[in-house]
Amino acid sequence: MELCSKEAVKYVWEGAIPLQIHLHESEVTTLPPPPPILVLGSRIGYLPLLVPLIKPHFSSTLPPGTDTVWFDYKGLPLKWYIPTGVLFDLLCAEPERPWNLTVHFRGHPGDVLTPCEGEDSVKWSYINSLKEAAYIINGNCKNVMNMSQADQLELWQSLVKGNMDGYLRISSRLKLGPLGEDCIVRSASSSAQPRQAIGEPDFTGSGRPCHLSFKCAMKTLLPKIFFEEPLVDDHEFLREGETVGADSSYGDSETIGGSWNAQAEEIPFAGQPQVQLLKKSKIKMIRIQGIELDMDIPFFWVVNNLKNPEYFLHICVFIGTSTDQSTFR
Amino acid sequence: MGGHCLWDGTLSPNDFIASADDLTKKWMAINPNLPQWTWIPCQRMDVSCNAEGYLALENMYQLSASEVNAPTDDENYSAEEAPFDNATLIQSYNDDMHIYDFHIVYSFSYQVPVLYFRGYRCDGHPLHLCDIEKDLPPYSSKIRNESKWTFMTQEEHPYLCCPWYTLHPCGTSDWMKLLLGGDLPSKNPDMLHYLSAWLSVVGQTVGLRIPLELHDKSI
Repeated sequence: MELCSKEAVKYVWEGAIPLQIHLHESEVTTLPPPPPILVLGSRIGYLPLLVPLIKPHFSSTLPPGTDTVWFDYKGLPLKWYIPTGVLFDLLCAEPERPWNLTVHFRGHPGDVLTPCEGEDSVKWSYINSLKEAAYIINGNCKNVMNMSQADQLELWQSLVKGNMDGYLRISSRLKLGPLGEDCIVRSASSSAQPRQAIGEPDFTGSGRPCHLSFKCAMKTLLPKIFFEEPLVDDHEFLREGETVGADSSYGDSETIGGSWNAQAEEIPFAGQPQVQLLKKSKIKMIRIQGIELDMDIPFFWVVNNLKNPEYFLHICVFIGTSTDQSTFR
Repeated sequence: MGGHCLWDGTLSPNDFIASADDLTKKWMAINPNLPQWTWIPCQRMDVSCNAEGYLALENMYQLSASEVNAPTDDENYSAEEAPFDNATLIQSYNDDMHIYDFHIVYSFSYQVPVLYFRGYRCDGHPLHLCDIEKDLPPYSSKIRNESKWTFMTQEEHPYLCCPWYTLHPCGTSDWMKLLLGGDLPSKNPDMLHYLSAWLSVVGQTVGLRIPLELHDKSI
Protein backbone atom coordinates (compact mmCIF):
# COMPACT_ATOMS: atom_id res chain seq x y z
CA MET A 1 0.00 0.00 0.00
CA GLU A 2 1.43 3.38 -0.89
CA LEU A 3 2.22 5.56 2.07
CA CYS A 4 0.40 8.68 0.96
CA SER A 5 -3.01 8.78 -0.58
CA LYS A 6 -4.17 12.14 -1.83
CA GLU A 7 -7.66 10.74 -2.08
CA ALA A 8 -7.68 9.88 1.62
CA VAL A 9 -6.34 13.27 2.57
CA LYS A 10 -9.06 14.87 0.45
CA TYR A 11 -11.74 12.94 2.35
CA VAL A 12 -10.28 14.19 5.61
CA TRP A 13 -10.18 17.80 4.42
CA GLU A 14 -13.73 17.63 3.12
CA GLY A 15 -15.08 16.05 6.29
CA ALA A 16 -17.47 18.25 8.24
CA ILE A 17 -19.75 17.99 11.25
CA PRO A 18 -23.30 19.32 10.89
CA LEU A 19 -23.80 21.60 13.88
CA GLN A 20 -26.94 23.05 15.38
CA ILE A 21 -25.89 26.01 17.48
CA HIS A 22 -28.21 27.31 20.19
CA LEU A 23 -27.73 30.60 21.99
CA HIS A 24 -27.61 30.12 25.73
CA GLU A 25 -30.93 31.07 27.28
CA SER A 26 -29.33 33.53 29.70
CA GLU A 27 -28.25 35.65 26.76
CA VAL A 28 -31.58 35.81 24.98
CA THR A 29 -33.20 39.19 25.44
CA THR A 30 -35.93 39.03 22.80
CA LEU A 31 -39.19 37.21 22.38
CA PRO A 32 -39.60 34.88 20.65
CA PRO A 33 -36.11 33.50 21.26
CA PRO A 34 -34.01 33.11 18.13
CA PRO A 35 -34.03 29.67 16.54
CA PRO A 36 -30.78 27.72 16.50
CA ILE A 37 -28.54 28.10 13.47
CA LEU A 38 -27.30 25.22 11.37
CA VAL A 39 -23.68 25.36 10.24
CA LEU A 40 -21.20 22.90 8.86
CA GLY A 41 -18.05 22.73 10.98
CA SER A 42 -15.03 21.50 9.09
CA ARG A 43 -13.47 18.52 10.87
CA ILE A 44 -10.00 19.99 10.61
CA GLY A 45 -11.17 23.46 11.60
CA TYR A 46 -11.89 25.03 14.95
CA LEU A 47 -15.14 26.22 16.51
CA PRO A 48 -14.16 29.90 16.99
CA LEU A 49 -13.65 30.16 13.22
CA LEU A 50 -17.39 29.68 12.84
CA VAL A 51 -18.23 32.73 14.94
CA PRO A 52 -18.44 35.09 11.92
CA LEU A 53 -21.20 32.82 10.60
CA ILE A 54 -22.95 32.43 13.92
CA LYS A 55 -22.82 35.84 15.47
CA PRO A 56 -24.93 37.77 12.92
CA HIS A 57 -27.72 35.31 13.52
CA PHE A 58 -27.86 36.14 17.23
CA SER A 59 -26.49 39.66 17.44
CA SER A 60 -29.85 41.38 17.62
CA THR A 61 -30.82 39.45 20.71
CA LEU A 62 -27.61 39.67 22.70
CA PRO A 63 -27.45 41.77 25.85
CA PRO A 64 -25.11 44.77 25.72
CA GLY A 65 -21.46 44.21 26.57
CA THR A 66 -18.26 42.81 25.16
CA ASP A 67 -18.08 39.34 23.71
CA THR A 68 -15.91 36.46 24.76
CA VAL A 69 -17.24 33.58 22.72
CA TRP A 70 -17.23 30.06 24.03
CA PHE A 71 -19.15 26.86 23.30
CA ASP A 72 -20.47 24.09 25.47
CA TYR A 73 -21.82 20.61 24.85
CA LYS A 74 -24.33 19.49 27.47
CA GLY A 75 -22.82 21.94 29.92
CA LEU A 76 -19.21 20.98 29.23
CA PRO A 77 -17.13 23.96 28.12
CA LEU A 78 -15.35 23.02 24.89
CA LYS A 79 -11.64 23.53 24.36
CA TRP A 80 -11.53 25.78 21.33
CA TYR A 81 -7.99 24.77 20.38
CA ILE A 82 -8.99 21.19 19.66
CA PRO A 83 -10.14 20.58 16.08
CA THR A 84 -13.92 20.32 15.70
CA GLY A 85 -13.76 16.77 14.35
CA VAL A 86 -11.75 15.57 17.33
CA LEU A 87 -14.19 17.17 19.77
CA PHE A 88 -17.06 15.43 18.03
CA ASP A 89 -15.33 12.05 17.93
CA LEU A 90 -14.46 12.30 21.62
CA LEU A 91 -17.73 13.55 22.99
CA CYS A 92 -20.26 11.71 20.87
CA ALA A 93 -19.75 7.99 21.17
CA GLU A 94 -23.00 7.65 19.30
CA PRO A 95 -22.69 10.33 16.63
CA GLU A 96 -25.34 12.95 17.07
CA ARG A 97 -26.47 14.55 13.81
CA PRO A 98 -26.78 17.46 13.88
CA TRP A 99 -24.49 17.97 16.84
CA ASN A 100 -26.26 20.29 19.28
CA LEU A 101 -23.96 22.87 20.81
CA THR A 102 -24.64 25.98 22.85
CA VAL A 103 -22.82 29.20 22.11
CA HIS A 104 -22.17 31.86 24.74
CA PHE A 105 -21.02 35.39 24.21
CA ARG A 106 -20.74 36.26 27.88
CA GLY A 107 -19.83 34.67 31.15
CA HIS A 108 -16.66 33.00 29.96
CA PRO A 109 -15.52 30.38 32.53
CA GLY A 110 -11.98 31.68 32.93
CA ASP A 111 -11.17 29.24 35.71
CA VAL A 112 -11.50 26.19 33.47
CA LEU A 113 -11.06 27.44 29.93
CA THR A 114 -8.45 29.68 28.34
CA PRO A 115 -10.21 32.58 26.64
CA CYS A 116 -10.20 32.78 22.87
CA GLU A 117 -9.58 36.25 21.54
CA GLY A 118 -10.75 35.57 18.03
CA GLU A 119 -9.11 34.16 14.94
CA ASP A 120 -5.62 35.22 16.02
CA SER A 121 -5.79 33.06 19.15
CA VAL A 122 -6.70 30.05 17.04
CA LYS A 123 -4.03 30.78 14.44
CA TRP A 124 -1.26 31.00 17.02
CA SER A 125 -2.46 27.93 18.85
CA TYR A 126 -2.25 26.15 15.50
CA ILE A 127 1.24 27.52 14.76
CA ASN A 128 2.45 26.47 18.22
CA SER A 129 1.09 22.97 17.66
CA LEU A 130 2.83 22.86 14.29
CA LYS A 131 6.07 23.94 15.96
CA GLU A 132 5.68 21.22 18.54
CA ALA A 133 5.16 18.60 15.84
CA ALA A 134 8.16 19.92 13.90
CA TYR A 135 10.26 19.71 17.04
CA ILE A 136 9.23 16.12 17.65
CA ILE A 137 9.92 15.13 14.04
CA ASN A 138 13.12 17.07 13.40
CA GLY A 139 14.51 17.89 16.83
CA ASN A 140 14.00 21.58 16.17
CA CYS A 141 11.27 23.87 14.90
CA LYS A 142 13.45 26.05 12.69
CA ASN A 143 11.50 25.20 9.55
CA VAL A 144 8.33 26.63 11.06
CA MET A 145 10.02 29.60 12.73
CA ASN A 146 11.77 30.52 9.49
CA MET A 147 8.61 30.58 7.45
CA SER A 148 8.00 33.95 5.89
CA GLN A 149 5.06 35.95 7.18
CA ALA A 150 3.39 35.56 3.81
CA ASP A 151 3.78 31.78 3.86
CA GLN A 152 2.51 31.53 7.42
CA LEU A 153 -0.51 33.59 6.53
CA GLU A 154 -1.19 31.59 3.39
CA LEU A 155 -0.84 28.32 5.28
CA TRP A 156 -3.33 29.48 7.87
CA GLN A 157 -5.77 30.86 5.33
CA SER A 158 -5.65 27.56 3.42
CA LEU A 159 -6.69 25.79 6.58
CA VAL A 160 -9.45 28.27 7.36
CA LYS A 161 -10.86 28.03 3.86
CA GLY A 162 -10.37 24.30 3.49
CA ASN A 163 -8.02 24.76 0.57
CA MET A 164 -6.17 21.46 0.61
CA ASP A 165 -4.02 22.04 -2.47
CA GLY A 166 -2.81 25.41 -1.25
CA TYR A 167 -2.05 23.90 2.11
CA LEU A 168 -0.11 20.95 0.72
CA ARG A 169 1.91 23.23 -1.51
CA ILE A 170 3.21 25.31 1.37
CA SER A 171 3.45 22.59 3.99
CA SER A 172 5.58 20.44 1.71
CA ARG A 173 8.30 23.06 2.05
CA LEU A 174 8.42 22.34 5.75
CA LYS A 175 9.73 18.85 5.03
CA LEU A 176 7.79 17.18 7.80
CA GLY A 177 7.12 13.92 6.06
CA PRO A 178 5.90 11.65 4.70
CA LEU A 179 6.82 9.34 7.55
CA GLY A 180 7.94 5.84 6.88
CA GLU A 181 9.36 2.77 8.51
CA ASP A 182 12.61 4.51 9.31
CA CYS A 183 11.05 6.66 11.99
CA ILE A 184 11.76 6.08 15.63
CA VAL A 185 9.31 5.37 18.38
CA ARG A 186 9.79 7.65 21.29
CA SER A 187 7.32 7.38 24.08
CA ALA A 188 7.32 8.77 27.58
CA SER A 189 8.48 5.45 28.97
CA SER A 190 11.49 5.14 26.75
CA SER A 191 13.90 7.09 28.87
CA ALA A 192 16.12 4.04 29.06
CA GLN A 193 16.49 3.79 25.30
CA PRO A 194 19.36 5.51 23.60
CA ARG A 195 18.16 8.47 21.62
CA GLN A 196 18.57 8.23 17.90
CA ALA A 197 18.16 10.79 15.21
CA ILE A 198 15.12 10.62 13.00
CA GLY A 199 16.00 8.97 9.76
CA GLU A 200 18.25 6.34 11.22
CA PRO A 201 16.97 2.80 10.97
CA ASP A 202 15.40 1.60 14.13
CA PHE A 203 17.79 -0.80 15.77
CA THR A 204 16.13 -1.12 19.14
CA GLY A 205 16.31 -4.48 20.81
CA SER A 206 12.68 -5.22 20.25
CA GLY A 207 13.20 -5.44 16.50
CA ARG A 208 10.20 -3.85 14.96
CA PRO A 209 8.49 -5.66 12.12
CA CYS A 210 8.84 -4.04 8.72
CA HIS A 211 5.21 -3.07 8.34
CA LEU A 212 3.91 -1.87 11.65
CA SER A 213 0.19 -2.38 11.91
CA PHE A 214 -2.06 0.10 13.67
CA LYS A 215 -2.73 -2.57 16.26
CA CYS A 216 0.97 -2.97 17.05
CA ALA A 217 1.41 0.76 17.31
CA MET A 218 -1.46 1.06 19.77
CA LYS A 219 0.00 -1.72 21.91
CA THR A 220 3.27 0.17 22.03
CA LEU A 221 1.60 3.45 22.91
CA LEU A 222 -0.95 2.23 25.41
CA PRO A 223 0.49 -0.97 26.83
CA LYS A 224 -1.54 -0.81 30.00
CA ILE A 225 -4.86 -0.40 28.29
CA PHE A 226 -4.42 -2.42 25.16
CA PHE A 227 -4.85 -6.12 25.73
CA GLU A 228 -4.52 -8.85 23.16
CA GLU A 229 -7.81 -10.53 23.98
CA PRO A 230 -10.86 -8.65 25.16
CA LEU A 231 -11.36 -9.39 28.85
CA VAL A 232 -14.60 -10.49 30.33
CA ASP A 233 -15.73 -7.98 32.87
CA ASP A 234 -18.99 -6.78 34.29
CA HIS A 235 -18.19 -3.14 34.10
CA GLU A 236 -20.77 -1.01 32.48
CA PHE A 237 -19.55 0.90 29.54
CA LEU A 238 -18.78 4.39 30.75
CA ARG A 239 -17.29 6.58 28.13
CA GLU A 240 -14.08 8.15 29.35
CA GLY A 241 -15.13 11.71 29.31
CA GLU A 242 -18.52 11.39 30.92
CA THR A 243 -18.37 14.28 33.29
CA VAL A 244 -20.29 15.33 36.29
CA GLY A 245 -19.37 18.94 36.69
CA ALA A 246 -18.75 21.81 34.38
CA ASP A 247 -15.17 22.14 35.51
CA SER A 248 -14.08 19.00 33.75
CA SER A 249 -12.36 18.20 30.55
CA TYR A 250 -13.13 15.26 28.40
CA GLY A 251 -12.12 12.51 26.14
CA ASP A 252 -9.16 10.24 26.19
CA SER A 253 -7.27 11.25 23.14
CA GLU A 254 -3.79 10.22 22.20
CA THR A 255 -2.14 12.80 20.07
CA ILE A 256 0.91 11.52 18.35
CA GLY A 257 3.52 13.57 16.59
CA GLY A 258 5.35 12.31 13.59
CA SER A 259 7.81 10.30 15.59
CA TRP A 260 5.10 8.82 17.78
CA ASN A 261 5.83 10.83 20.87
CA ALA A 262 2.84 9.73 22.90
CA GLN A 263 1.01 12.12 25.13
CA ALA A 264 -2.20 11.06 26.75
CA GLU A 265 -4.61 13.85 27.55
CA GLU A 266 -6.12 13.53 30.95
CA ILE A 267 -9.75 13.44 31.88
CA PRO A 268 -10.67 15.18 35.07
CA PHE A 269 -13.86 13.99 36.65
CA ALA A 270 -15.75 16.71 38.48
CA GLY A 271 -12.62 18.60 39.40
CA GLN A 272 -10.47 15.56 40.05
CA PRO A 273 -7.51 15.93 37.75
CA GLN A 274 -6.55 12.29 37.58
CA VAL A 275 -8.31 9.08 36.77
CA GLN A 276 -7.06 5.79 38.07
CA LEU A 277 -7.61 3.13 35.48
CA LEU A 278 -8.92 -0.19 36.55
CA LYS A 279 -6.67 -3.08 35.77
CA LYS A 280 -9.19 -4.64 33.46
CA SER A 281 -10.09 -1.63 31.38
CA LYS A 282 -11.16 -2.74 27.98
CA ILE A 283 -10.88 -0.87 24.73
CA LYS A 284 -14.35 -0.37 23.38
CA MET A 285 -13.65 1.69 20.31
CA ILE A 286 -10.89 3.56 18.57
CA ARG A 287 -11.79 6.41 16.23
CA ILE A 288 -9.70 8.60 14.01
CA GLN A 289 -11.30 11.31 11.85
CA GLY A 290 -14.64 9.73 12.64
CA ILE A 291 -13.57 6.35 11.31
CA GLU A 292 -13.38 3.18 13.34
CA LEU A 293 -10.19 1.75 11.96
CA ASP A 294 -9.33 -1.72 10.82
CA MET A 295 -6.56 -2.61 13.25
CA ASP A 296 -4.42 -4.22 10.56
CA ILE A 297 -3.96 -1.08 8.51
CA PRO A 298 -0.27 -0.08 8.33
CA PHE A 299 0.33 2.50 11.01
CA PHE A 300 2.27 4.84 8.78
CA TRP A 301 -0.59 4.97 6.30
CA VAL A 302 -2.79 6.14 9.19
CA VAL A 303 -0.24 8.75 10.26
CA ASN A 304 0.39 10.17 6.82
CA ASN A 305 -3.20 10.32 5.65
CA LEU A 306 -5.39 10.81 8.71
CA LYS A 307 -3.29 13.36 10.57
CA ASN A 308 -4.56 16.87 11.10
CA PRO A 309 -2.97 19.88 9.38
CA GLU A 310 -0.87 20.65 12.45
CA TYR A 311 0.85 17.28 11.96
CA PHE A 312 -0.73 15.65 14.95
CA LEU A 313 -2.67 12.42 14.72
CA HIS A 314 -5.61 12.50 17.11
CA ILE A 315 -6.63 9.04 18.23
CA CYS A 316 -9.83 8.84 20.24
CA VAL A 317 -9.89 5.80 22.48
CA PHE A 318 -13.00 4.73 24.31
CA ILE A 319 -12.43 2.39 27.23
CA GLY A 320 -14.73 0.73 29.68
CA THR A 321 -14.55 1.74 33.30
CA SER A 322 -16.51 1.00 36.39
CA THR A 323 -19.36 3.21 37.43
CA ASP A 324 -18.29 2.66 41.03
CA GLN A 325 -17.08 6.13 42.00
CA SER A 326 -14.92 4.86 44.81
CA THR A 327 -12.48 3.40 42.35
CA PHE A 328 -11.55 6.79 41.04
CA ARG A 329 -8.73 8.69 42.67
CA MET B 1 35.90 15.68 16.24
CA GLY B 2 36.28 12.84 18.70
CA GLY B 3 34.96 13.63 22.17
CA HIS B 4 33.12 16.76 21.06
CA CYS B 5 29.97 17.36 23.06
CA LEU B 6 26.94 16.60 20.94
CA TRP B 7 24.44 17.39 23.63
CA ASP B 8 21.39 19.12 22.24
CA GLY B 9 20.28 20.95 25.36
CA THR B 10 17.49 18.57 26.35
CA LEU B 11 17.08 16.24 29.28
CA SER B 12 15.41 12.88 29.74
CA PRO B 13 12.41 12.32 32.02
CA ASN B 14 14.61 10.52 34.55
CA ASP B 15 17.16 13.33 34.54
CA PHE B 16 14.31 15.76 35.11
CA ILE B 17 13.22 13.87 38.20
CA ALA B 18 16.76 13.67 39.58
CA SER B 19 17.42 17.34 38.86
CA ALA B 20 14.13 18.31 40.50
CA ASP B 21 15.22 16.54 43.63
CA ASP B 22 18.56 18.36 43.49
CA LEU B 23 16.88 21.74 43.07
CA THR B 24 14.49 21.05 45.95
CA LYS B 25 17.34 20.20 48.31
CA LYS B 26 19.50 23.14 47.26
CA TRP B 27 16.62 25.59 47.63
CA MET B 28 15.87 24.25 51.09
CA ALA B 29 19.51 24.66 52.09
CA ILE B 30 19.76 28.20 50.74
CA ASN B 31 16.31 29.62 51.47
CA PRO B 32 14.88 27.73 54.41
CA ASN B 33 12.51 30.58 55.22
CA LEU B 34 10.97 30.92 51.81
CA PRO B 35 8.24 28.68 50.40
CA GLN B 36 9.73 25.39 49.28
CA TRP B 37 9.59 23.40 46.10
CA THR B 38 7.44 20.30 46.42
CA TRP B 39 7.37 17.34 44.07
CA ILE B 40 3.80 16.52 43.13
CA PRO B 41 3.61 12.99 41.71
CA CYS B 42 1.11 12.24 38.99
CA GLN B 43 0.30 9.05 37.23
CA ARG B 44 -0.87 9.87 33.77
CA MET B 45 -3.08 7.32 32.22
CA ASP B 46 -1.09 4.48 30.80
CA VAL B 47 2.18 6.33 30.54
CA SER B 48 4.70 3.87 31.90
CA CYS B 49 7.12 6.46 33.23
CA ASN B 50 7.07 5.51 36.86
CA ALA B 51 7.66 8.66 38.79
CA GLU B 52 6.04 11.28 36.65
CA GLY B 53 5.14 14.54 38.32
CA TYR B 54 6.02 18.20 38.55
CA LEU B 55 7.65 20.67 40.92
CA ALA B 56 5.49 23.25 42.67
CA LEU B 57 6.46 26.43 44.46
CA GLU B 58 3.41 28.15 45.84
CA ASN B 59 2.45 31.20 47.84
CA MET B 60 5.46 33.18 46.79
CA TYR B 61 4.72 36.72 47.87
CA GLN B 62 5.87 39.46 45.60
CA LEU B 63 5.49 43.18 46.01
CA SER B 64 3.54 44.52 43.11
CA ALA B 65 5.08 47.24 41.01
CA SER B 66 2.87 49.85 42.64
CA GLU B 67 4.64 49.44 46.00
CA VAL B 68 7.40 52.00 45.84
CA ASN B 69 8.92 51.83 49.32
CA ALA B 70 10.42 48.36 49.37
CA PRO B 71 11.98 48.15 52.82
CA THR B 72 14.64 45.60 51.88
CA ASP B 73 16.44 44.60 48.72
CA ASP B 74 14.82 41.21 48.53
CA GLU B 75 11.40 41.48 47.03
CA ASN B 76 10.24 37.95 47.67
CA TYR B 77 8.89 37.02 51.05
CA SER B 78 7.30 33.96 52.45
CA ALA B 79 3.91 34.05 54.00
CA GLU B 80 5.48 33.03 57.28
CA GLU B 81 8.44 35.34 57.52
CA ALA B 82 7.99 39.11 57.77
CA PRO B 83 11.31 40.87 57.42
CA PHE B 84 9.98 44.22 58.54
CA ASP B 85 8.06 45.24 61.66
CA ASN B 86 4.36 44.83 62.07
CA ALA B 87 3.48 48.45 61.61
CA THR B 88 4.95 48.46 58.12
CA LEU B 89 3.59 45.00 57.43
CA ILE B 90 0.01 46.00 58.08
CA GLN B 91 0.36 48.95 55.82
CA SER B 92 1.73 47.00 52.87
CA TYR B 93 -0.11 43.71 53.37
CA ASN B 94 -2.95 44.85 51.25
CA ASP B 95 -3.62 45.36 47.59
CA ASP B 96 0.04 45.72 46.82
CA MET B 97 1.11 42.17 47.50
CA HIS B 98 0.71 39.66 44.76
CA ILE B 99 0.99 35.95 45.37
CA TYR B 100 2.43 33.64 42.77
CA ASP B 101 2.44 29.92 42.23
CA PHE B 102 5.16 28.42 40.02
CA HIS B 103 5.13 24.93 38.60
CA ILE B 104 7.96 23.28 36.69
CA VAL B 105 6.55 20.68 34.34
CA TYR B 106 8.42 18.33 32.00
CA SER B 107 7.50 18.59 28.34
CA PHE B 108 7.67 15.24 26.57
CA SER B 109 7.51 16.94 23.20
CA TYR B 110 10.36 19.36 23.72
CA GLN B 111 12.20 17.26 26.35
CA VAL B 112 12.84 20.32 28.47
CA PRO B 113 11.23 21.80 31.59
CA VAL B 114 8.45 24.33 31.14
CA LEU B 115 7.43 27.00 33.64
CA TYR B 116 3.76 27.43 34.45
CA PHE B 117 2.68 30.21 36.77
CA ARG B 118 -0.28 32.19 37.98
CA GLY B 119 -0.77 35.13 40.26
CA TYR B 120 -3.39 36.31 42.75
CA ARG B 121 -4.19 39.38 44.72
CA CYS B 122 -4.32 38.99 48.48
CA ASP B 123 -8.07 38.57 48.36
CA GLY B 124 -7.65 35.50 46.17
CA HIS B 125 -8.72 37.25 43.00
CA PRO B 126 -6.70 35.90 40.08
CA LEU B 127 -4.40 38.30 38.30
CA HIS B 128 -4.99 38.97 34.65
CA LEU B 129 -2.12 39.13 32.25
CA CYS B 130 -2.13 42.93 32.31
CA ASP B 131 -1.65 42.85 36.10
CA ILE B 132 1.09 40.22 35.86
CA GLU B 133 2.86 42.24 33.20
CA LYS B 134 3.28 45.09 35.64
CA ASP B 135 5.13 42.72 37.97
CA LEU B 136 7.50 41.54 35.27
CA PRO B 137 10.96 42.98 34.80
CA PRO B 138 10.97 45.60 32.05
CA TYR B 139 12.78 43.48 29.49
CA SER B 140 10.18 40.72 29.82
CA SER B 141 7.40 43.17 29.12
CA LYS B 142 9.27 44.32 26.09
CA ILE B 143 9.66 40.77 24.74
CA ARG B 144 6.02 40.12 25.43
CA ASN B 145 4.99 43.15 23.48
CA GLU B 146 7.09 42.06 20.55
CA SER B 147 6.08 38.42 20.44
CA LYS B 148 2.66 38.34 22.00
CA TRP B 149 1.69 34.88 20.92
CA THR B 150 4.91 32.96 21.18
CA PHE B 151 6.59 34.04 24.40
CA MET B 152 4.17 34.04 27.30
CA THR B 153 0.73 32.60 26.74
CA GLN B 154 -2.15 31.15 28.66
CA GLU B 155 -2.34 27.39 28.24
CA GLU B 156 -3.99 24.49 29.92
CA HIS B 157 -1.85 23.11 32.74
CA PRO B 158 -0.97 19.56 31.65
CA TYR B 159 -1.92 18.01 34.98
CA LEU B 160 -4.40 20.40 36.57
CA CYS B 161 -6.37 21.04 33.38
CA CYS B 162 -7.13 24.67 33.95
CA PRO B 163 -5.58 27.81 32.44
CA TRP B 164 -2.14 28.84 33.66
CA TYR B 165 0.40 31.21 32.17
CA THR B 166 3.44 29.64 30.62
CA LEU B 167 6.70 30.53 28.91
CA HIS B 168 6.92 28.86 25.56
CA PRO B 169 9.63 26.17 25.56
CA CYS B 170 10.65 26.01 21.92
CA GLY B 171 13.94 27.89 22.41
CA THR B 172 14.91 26.30 25.72
CA SER B 173 17.17 23.54 24.41
CA ASP B 174 19.17 26.06 22.35
CA TRP B 175 20.05 28.33 25.24
CA MET B 176 20.48 25.46 27.72
CA LYS B 177 23.03 24.03 25.31
CA LEU B 178 24.92 27.31 25.52
CA LEU B 179 24.49 27.59 29.25
CA LEU B 180 25.49 24.09 30.31
CA GLY B 181 27.24 22.62 27.33
CA GLY B 182 29.57 25.40 26.34
CA ASP B 183 32.35 25.16 28.92
CA LEU B 184 33.96 21.84 28.27
CA PRO B 185 32.95 20.43 24.91
CA SER B 186 34.58 17.11 25.63
CA LYS B 187 32.58 16.48 28.76
CA ASN B 188 28.94 15.63 29.11
CA PRO B 189 26.90 18.32 30.83
CA ASP B 190 26.09 18.04 34.51
CA MET B 191 22.46 17.01 34.21
CA LEU B 192 21.86 17.08 37.94
CA HIS B 193 22.15 20.86 37.91
CA TYR B 194 20.06 21.31 34.79
CA LEU B 195 17.02 22.67 36.62
CA SER B 196 19.00 25.05 38.82
CA ALA B 197 20.67 26.50 35.77
CA TRP B 198 17.43 26.63 33.83
CA LEU B 199 15.58 28.30 36.70
CA SER B 200 18.27 30.92 37.10
CA VAL B 201 17.41 32.15 33.61
CA VAL B 202 13.71 31.52 33.45
CA GLY B 203 12.98 32.70 36.97
CA GLN B 204 14.37 36.12 36.19
CA THR B 205 12.01 36.44 33.26
CA VAL B 206 9.05 36.21 35.60
CA GLY B 207 10.60 38.22 38.40
CA LEU B 208 11.40 35.26 40.64
CA ARG B 209 14.60 36.12 42.42
CA ILE B 210 17.11 33.33 42.32
CA PRO B 211 19.91 33.43 44.88
CA LEU B 212 23.41 33.08 43.46
CA GLU B 213 24.10 30.17 45.78
CA LEU B 214 21.84 28.03 43.63
CA HIS B 215 24.76 27.70 41.23
CA ASP B 216 27.08 26.45 43.93
CA LYS B 217 27.68 22.82 43.16
CA SER B 218 29.08 22.09 46.56
CA ILE B 219 25.68 22.40 48.22
